[in-house]
Amino acid sequence: MSALSAASAIATRELARFVTQRERFLAALVRPLVWLFIFAAGFRAALGLSIIAPYKTYISYETYILPGLCAMILLFSGMQSSLSLVHDRENGAMRLMLTAPLPRWFMLGAKLLAGALVGLVQVAAFLVIAALFGLRVPATGYATALPALLLSALMLGALGLLLSARIKQLENFAGVMNFVIFPMFFCSSALYPIWKMQESSPLLAKLCEINPFTHAVELVRFAFYGQLNLEALGWTALATVVFFVAALRGYEPARTRSS
Amino acid sequence: MSDAPALLVRGLSHDWGRKPALRDVSFTVARGRFCALLGPNGAGKSTLMSVLTGLIRPAPGVVAVAGHDMARNRRAALAEIGVVFQQPTLDLDRSVRANLRYFAALHGLGRKRADARIAEALELLGMDERVDEKLRALNGGHRRRMEIARALLHRPRLLLLDEPTVGLDAPARSAITAHVHQLAREGITVLWATHLADELRAEDQVVLLHKGVVMASGEVRTLVEGRPVTDWFNVAMEQAA
Repeated sequence: MSALSAASAIATRELARFVTQRERFLAALVRPLVWLFIFAAGFRAALGLSIIAPYKTYISYETYILPGLCAMILLFSGMQSSLSLVHDRENGAMRLMLTAPLPRWFMLGAKLLAGALVGLVQVAAFLVIAALFGLRVPATGYATALPALLLSALMLGALGLLLSARIKQLENFAGVMNFVIFPMFFCSSALYPIWKMQESSPLLAKLCEINPFTHAVELVRFAFYGQLNLEALGWTALATVVFFVAALRGYEPARTRSS
Repeated sequence: MSDAPALLVRGLSHDWGRKPALRDVSFTVARGRFCALLGPNGAGKSTLMSVLTGLIRPAPGVVAVAGHDMARNRRAALAEIGVVFQQPTLDLDRSVRANLRYFAALHGLGRKRADARIAEALELLGMDERVDEKLRALNGGHRRRMEIARALLHRPRLLLLDEPTVGLDAPARSAITAHVHQLAREGITVLWATHLADELRAEDQVVLLHKGVVMASGEVRTLVEGRPVTDWFNVAMEQAA
């Protein structure tokens, strides 16, 4: 019970912080909408898509990139959470949390879950706007995609947590983000199918295949159509565990040493 | 366990890389005492506070809070501790109540119990009228008092304060020092880290730390032998240098 109230307090604080940062919410919405309505409009002519699973017919380019843009929101949200973790460490709020009488893994897990919920709120808002403009998935797809989106949010949040454990100063954060967000996003199946990448560069296609972000995108893509992509699920879950365990190690207390 | 001291530190050492921070530090603080951890900047006070709050793991030394070993039973030890860190740890854009509720929840207090404790702690610190104000609107002294109130919410046996008066003006410093001495008289054990000798009182216990080594430990009135505390501290520092 006490653990639950602690987790709920962490989630409430995270949501309250998000709600008070309107610019953050707007930026989180505008970014994928720009991709969806501007980038896609220009890019669709250049990219011919064949019929690929889980789609049963030819689809518009906007339909193809919808799952990738949902994952992009979660990627930015995960990194934003990690930025707030670095901020929390600088202003001491992290110490307050880590000196509470609960296991460290639990506190960091609660923080991770809270960040994931914030990401899901942003995805939901994006999907509503996309639906208003006629870009929809099957009605049940929204429900079946929810666990896939949650797992993806946890995986990307865990990556953010890992980065926050390694990045010691807020000033260094922007640089590191460029090395994480852009390669992860562009070297994935978010904007183009991997077989397209294969035509240009087998090496890049290989990198796309091992990128956990690709698996998160595919997990969400299949889930939108009520299908379970087991391979994507396995890799996304594995990446979540690996990132979280590595992050926990990063947040382990230092040991005293005798000389 | 009921006879155990509020705080026991034994054989604690720590290096920051090649730089030694603590050297075989040992002392105990009996229940209900006000103990000052006195030392100049760089003496190792904040490192010691990090060990006492579980942020640095005590190995090979021993830290026990009310009989709970910090290495073996971290959660039980932490449950007995209230902490005021040197650097303020506040959500400036949230109200006093929201800040306190957050902390209370981290310590497992339900909303009803938390609200009762918040009212009680704020009244104790003379802050009850500020409960709905945003932290950003409070001055430094009131923010510090809020942090002390927060550290008391879960009714810890041991209150750790790391340089709590740094950055405060003289009246605020004096008021907070008086408040915490009053808390000790009411039965809470206090460990007060400071580099300001004038914050000590004759009846306090003091642990004098210099370059990570305990130079002296005991009751202030015994150690100073009739001199003003600041004179005794200055002489001790000159001798150590």
